[in-house]
Amino acid sequence: MTAAPRVTRLLRLDDYIPVLGAAEVSELRALAGRLQGRTVEMVNSTSVGGGVAEILSRLVPLLEELGVAVRWDVITGGNDFFEITKAFHNALHGGPYDMPPQSFEIFLAYNEQNRARLQLEAEFTVIHDPQPVALINARGNHAGNWIWRCHIDLSRPNTTVWGFLEPYVQRYDGAIFSSPEFSRQLSIPQYLFYPCIDPLSEKNRELEPEYIAGILEGFGIDPKRPVLTQISRFDRLKDPVGVVRAYQIVKRYFDCQLVLAGGGAADDPEGGRVLEEVRQAAQDDSDVHVLDLPPWSALEINALQRASTIVIQKSLREGFGLTVTEALWKKRPVVASAVGGIPTQVIHKHTGMLSHSVEGCAYQIRFLLSNPAIAERLGEQGHQHVREHFLITSSARRYLTLFLHLLDGRGA
Amino acid sequence: MRVAEQPFQFVTASYLTRIGNQKTHNLTDLGRGLEESSEASIFYHTFQSLGRHHFLTEGFSNDFAQWVLAACNRPGLAEQLASLDIRDYIAVGDLRRDLQNIVAAYCDAHPEEARQAAFEDFFFCEAIEVSVPLGIEAWTLEEFRRGLEMLSHASFHFHFISSRLRLQLHTNDFSLWLAGNLGLESLAKRLDRIDIYTNTIEGAQAKMLALVDKELAS
Repeated sequence: MTAAPRVTRLLRLDDYIPVLGAAEVSELRALAGRLQGRTVEMVNSTSVGGGVAEILSRLVPLLEELGVAVRWDVITGGNDFFEITKAFHNALHGGPYDMPPQSFEIFLAYNEQNRARLQLEAEFTVIHDPQPVALINARGNHAGNWIWRCHIDLSRPNTTVWGFLEPYVQRYDGAIFSSPEFSRQLSIPQYLFYPCIDPLSEKNRELEPEYIAGILEGFGIDPKRPVLTQISRFDRLKDPVGVVRAYQIVKRYFDCQLVLAGGGAADDPEGGRVLEEVRQAAQDDSDVHVLDLPPWSALEINALQRASTIVIQKSLREGFGLTVTEALWKKRPVVASAVGGIPTQVIHKHTGMLSHSVEGCAYQIRFLLSNPAIAERLGEQGHQHVREHFLITSSARRYLTLFLHLLDGRGA
Repeated sequence: MRVAEQPFQFVTASYLTRIGNQKTHNLTDLGRGLEESSEASIFYHTFQSLGRHHFLTEGFSNDFAQWVLAACNRPGLAEQLASLDIRDYIAVGDLRRDLQNIVAAYCDAHPEEARQAAFEDFFFCEAIEVSVPLGIEAWTLEEFRRGLEMLSHASFHFHFISSRLRLQLHTNDFSLWLAGNLGLESLAKRLDRIDIYTNTIEGAQAKMLALVDKELAS
């Protein structure tokens, strides 16, 4: 198998010119003009692992290169704090909240410890997610702007947890959500910042055809026949068994293969059970490739997505769905469920196909396999859609715009 | 070489999306939302939406039409909403009135369909515009061409499409300056006729550059 070179050096803004064009990059610099030396503090709960840390690790250097004085702080806490915030996370997604009543006091005590430790004196303070939300207590009479960036879906939160957090959120100057569907009715302005991918990361950068061919060979996938792929954890909400059923319908008409690649089966008992259900549904079909990949498989996933004829995301419930973004970026035609943030990305019949059932999913796949020119057009337009809205540079642009807007005193 | 009395100032615009507290579940709600939403919201879902989706050159016109098609499965109504050309409007209020009339007529004629729940809700949002001078100005057609070539999609959309609302005129920033400052009325008209619905922004920009090149060569 040909090894793909790893990206080791820190990326610079000019590295994005081949992707975005010189005009877009020079306009980012123009927008940043009035923000030279302005101070920004980003605060979240982890420096590595997880989507927020991944985004900040790219966003902060880009904003710094643009002349904004950004500081990135990570809050600390004991196991008890993170157990509580994990329970918050699940409850905010609609689950029950079983922690004892004193959990709220523990949460606030750790926030208070961090408030004493952190500077929190920037002109723009951006607090990410619920874990550090009570740092707003540090605001006092300080004149800076405070923004709460919520990366999770708050459409159906547990009322106990949201009832506790909401008064803190309402004290910010604004809140940022990843999709209108994920927002709450608040008295403060709410802004829409889409999640983003880095086109130059290992998961998304261009790969040599030889490397892709080597990955397919390694997994025993035939490059000459259509490949349908869903990349996601082995989780019932991703409906992998539904994907197998859709594939079985398509298989009656097309000699195709199915790749279900993801993680979560090794360290999650539920994931293991789902994986078993998937294998049962596949009925020893040698054209169904179920790949339980470790977390460090970014290049392999990149290769599988690029080798796919069609990428599927048949989720029953979804956050924003960054695996869809990744597939669109790679110009793959996508068939996906109309849930969560997916319809924002998959504009039906323009950047992909939406479906609402197993049969609908199978029909859209058959349609695209029968109409490769349409599939190609969808892939091309999907790529453009991501280029305009869902790249890390778009995120930098949104932050610059927000800071300019707040600087002009129009954020109230 | 003609030199303008006033230079053309190239500007970049960037947009923040503000999520409103208003959402719709069906076509009846949409009619109500069109009536109650802010002008910034109508702007966002029409003028702004065209800019955000400029790379779709077949059948995409505005967010309302797309939602009616994809979430309500009403292609006839979607087609009517999509047929509105934002270049015909110099005031958002007029565009709102026409959108409302189309939806109201459909709901009157199809009361049952109007109450049917959509697959997904429609959320009204608003565009907040922040504009920044690019520090590029043109006194001559040659300089104008150089500046035009350097524009991003957002800047081009700002000068060519959003400008109609700002100017309250059936024209765009480029054409206004070319006619008013360089006396190039014919070129100004040809530029204004470039169809933004059937061209991507890159395509429209390329056509504009070709027209300017032709003028420079004449």
